[in-house]
Amino acid sequence: MAEVAYVNASRVFPGTPPVRAVDNLELSVADGEFLVLVGPSGSGKSTALRMLAGLEDVDEGAITIGGKDVTNTPPKGRDIAMVFQSYALYPHMTVAENMGFALKLRGVPKAEIREKVAEAARMLDLTRYLDRKPKALSGGQRQRVAMGRAIVREPSVFLMDEPLSNLDAKLRVETRANIAALQQRLGTTTIYVTHDQVEAMTMGHRVAVLKDGILQQCASPRELYDRPANAFVASFIGSPAMNLKTVPLTPEGARLDGLVVPLSRSALDGAAAEGLSEVTFGIRPESLRLAAADEAGMTMTVELVEELGADAYVYGSVRIGEQSERFIVRVDGRTPPALGQQVEVTVRDADEVHLFHPGTGLRLTA
Amino acid sequence: MSVDAAALRSARGETRAAPTAARRGQRSRLASIGLHGALVTASAVAVFPILWVLVTSFKPDTRAVSPTPRLLDESTVDNYVDVLSGARGDFLAWFGNSVTIAGLSTLVGVFVSATTGYAVSRFRFPGRRGLMLTFLVTQMFPFAVLIVPLHNILLALGLLGQPLGLVLVYCTTTVPFCTLMLREHFDAVPTDIDEAGRVDGLSPFGVFWRLVLPLARPGLAVTAFYSFLTAWGEVAFASAFLSVADDSKTLSVGLQVFVQQNRAEWGHLAAASVLVALPAVVVFYLVQRFLVGGLTGGAVKG
Repeated sequence: MAEVAYVNASRVFPGTPPVRAVDNLELSVADGEFLVLVGPSGSGKSTALRMLAGLEDVDEGAITIGGKDVTNTPPKGRDIAMVFQSYALYPHMTVAENMGFALKLRGVPKAEIREKVAEAARMLDLTRYLDRKPKALSGGQRQRVAMGRAIVREPSVFLMDEPLSNLDAKLRVETRANIAALQQRLGTTTIYVTHDQVEAMTMGHRVAVLKDGILQQCASPRELYDRPANAFVASFIGSPAMNLKTVPLTPEGARLDGLVVPLSRSALDGAAAEGLSEVTFGIRPESLRLAAADEAGMTMTVELVEELGADAYVYGSVRIGEQSERFIVRVDGRTPPALGQQVEVTVRDADEVHLFHPGTGLRLTA
Repeated sequence: MSVDAAALRSARGETRAAPTAARRGQRSRLASIGLHGALVTASAVAVFPILWVLVTSFKPDTRAVSPTPRLLDESTVDNYVDVLSGARGDFLAWFGNSVTIAGLSTLVGVFVSATTGYAVSRFRFPGRRGLMLTFLVTQMFPFAVLIVPLHNILLALGLLGQPLGLVLVYCTTTVPFCTLMLREHFDAVPTDIDEAGRVDGLSPFGVFWRLVLPLARPGLAVTAFYSFLTAWGEVAFASAFLSVADDSKTLSVGLQVFVQQNRAEWGHLAAASVLVALPAVVVFYLVQRFLVGGLTGGAVKG
């Protein structure tokens, strides 16, 4: 068990111009914490993980595990275990040999290896398959073997690189819960990479959002959802995505079609100090609702209704200034509006509005 | 939807056609006879020369070439006794030389090409592309062109007339081809396996030795067999670079004893040829069980 820290770590791939796959990453992970690295593809999240594993060079800065600088330590000296997206099982070895391989290399006595493998197999429900080769296993079983191989070693840090992305949707949800529970039980520091923001939100104690190699925000899932640090995090976290539109400011607030959303004094002052006449206005689909008959609202033409049972998401267009903008609104699943219908939409609570700088994308509201 | 509809239509079409046409994978009796007939004929054509050598090896030299050959009633093992007893040259010494030289060529050649192939498959280094191109180019020279330069090199190295010199010469032929071949096999092993091995505690050479080599066994089998055969049956280099002493010849050179300018001892030659072919058969038998594909199945999600 150990804490992990990236100290201004960068990975620069040579090229013209050089690509900074991970750029000045400053991040520390507490002992026993489950940290999720999330971001779109090409955001550098996997590279960051591979730097920690020692599979990728650290070109600038340093990485420490348990307070020890491991920047130039080869993977085998780092006391880590990794679960690969492809599982990377050794096809010429049985499940038991796969799981015990690292211990065998370390010269652990055979009886002890057998015992540890058996224990991990019990934990993962693999006891029946210990003598099989990976070829004879299903996708879910292979995934569990890959987990088992990591657990058996009792490393100080688990690294997981999208371990669920090759499973079908149902198994993924199931395994997601199992991994989180297992991590809780073992209390091992875990760094988990995913592109799926649902996985990130449900599994991590903290979530670090990366984009273009730069850390955007690292916070608890709730904090990330309620107070995104910039427009990118706001749009990336949450499903369906937050409505983010550039809207003109008035002395009272932000103007959306016929609706003026009142903004706090501090927000308006902040925008004025920056000399902004427009802001990037963000509101989550669940923070919008259909307006009552006598309420002011913005007029939306319904283009698509996604019914999920309990809720329905209504996609529609609203005219803002000269342009038509698409909004997503969550409504009660039992009485969704019809396609083509014009509905009035209003904001549930003005406090649930997120304001960002239209140029830099940084959060404006305090 | 359109795919589903098409699939349904074709499925319906197949059930309707079922009573008239034979089921998939079944042949009619006539087709079966034709197929087997063709296969038997082809096999007979392929096997006949070898069978003829085998038959000849049991005949006295004088009867080996006759207008109406008889197969069975002339059998004698005299040829084998003569050949093995050393009456016509030190056959057993030749045999030993061939085994040593072919065996060493196989070991050295496969080891060198495996390490080279792995380096080319996994590492980025200057001259990586040039190396493979050079390997291809070296394959284009005919043996005859190479004899003089190789002779001079061996002379300079003091290896002329030594088995080791010949082993190195054979490696120059086998290593480029084997490297190209093994590189393909190593490319087929996912690099995730290497990385998993390194995280599990293997050194870079350990990854190669304990993970990648076992997974490239079919490639190793083919290259080992190729290297062995190249060295086993080669005549030109062996007669040019080995000393003329009778006990330092290889089998393929030694066999010339039986076919002189004025007389050919066909019976003895055939008997020796059969004895020569045996080790090649044994080597093939040893490696053929590795000639199966699909070793990397299950490594990564396919």
